[in-house]
Amino acid sequence: MNHVSIFVLDQDSAYDFYVNKLGFKVHTDASMGPGMRWLTVCPPEQPELEISLMAIAEGMMFKKDAAQQMRSLVSQGTFGFGVFECNDLVATYEELKAKGVEFKKEPTKEFYGFEALFKDDSGNWFSLGEKQK
Amino acid sequence: MASFPKIYLYRRIVHAKLFIDDHYCQPINLDDIADEAFFSKFHFIRLFKTTYGKTPHQYLIAVRIEQARLLLQKGAPVTVACYSVGFDSVTSFSALFKKIVSLSPSAYRQGELKRAAEMLEVPLKFIPNCFAQENGWV
Repeated sequence: MNHVSIFVLDQDSAYDFYVNKLGFKVHTDASMGPGMRWLTVCPPEQPELEISLMAIAEGMMFKKDAAQQMRSLVSQGTFGFGVFECNDLVATYEELKAKGVEFKKEPTKEFYGFEALFKDDSGNWFSLGEKQK
Repeated sequence: MASFPKIYLYRRIVHAKLFIDDHYCQPINLDDIADEAFFSKFHFIRLFKTTYGKTPHQYLIAVRIEQARLLLQKGAPVTVACYSVGFDSVTSFSALFKKIVSLSPSAYRQGELKRAAEMLEVPLKFIPNCFAQENGWV
C-alpha cells in the first residue's frame, strides 16, 4: 500500500500538527485551485507511504449533508485511523505532550503491549506503541 | 506518568533533545547539552543513544542536515543552507549531506526546484487519478 487517507477538518492546521508536532515530512503539497489541495505527508522512516490529509468538503466526494455528518463525526473523535510505533514510548509521549499533543491514554502496559492513544488536531485518534526491543 | 519508574530521567533526556531541536543552528556542544539535562557527559550519551538510537552528536547532525534539506528545497543557495543551520565548513556540510541524503546539496536543490515547478504547472501529475476523479478535479 502506498497511499492512505486521514480526513481532517482543516488542512493548514493538520499540516502544522503532522509536520511540526509529529515530525512527519511533506511529500506532496499541490494545489488544483482555491479549496482544492492535495496534501500528503509521510512518517520520517517511511518515505514511500503517503498519508493524504484529506479535507472534508462538499463536492464530488461528499454531498452537503454527508460532509456535515463527516465533519461532526471526525470532530467527536469517532475514528481511529491507525497505529504508529516508536523506539521509546515514554520518551515520545513526554515529547509530544511538551509539544501540545492531546493524549486519550497515557503509556499503559496492556496484555497486547505497551500503548498510548493520542488525538490529532481534528479529533482523529491513533494508537502509539513501542517497537519490540 | 508521575508514578512511572525513572520518569524524571526521561523528562531530562527529552528536554535535552528539545534543546537540540531549538538550538541546532547555534554552536552548541555536548557539554552544553549534557548540562541542560543535568547529566555527566558519559551517562547522558548512553541514555540518549538508548532512547533515540543516535548519540547526541549524531542527532544534532541529523537535525542540521534535515533543516538544510528544507532550506534547499525552497531554493536557498548551498552556502546559505550550510551556514544557516550551524555548519562552519561547506566541504564537511556537503559530505555529510551526501552521506545522509544520497545526493549532493546542489543536486538535491536542483531536483527539488524542478519538482516544485512541475507541481505548479502540472499538479495532476502528483495526484493519484482515482482521487482526482473522486474530487472532480479531472
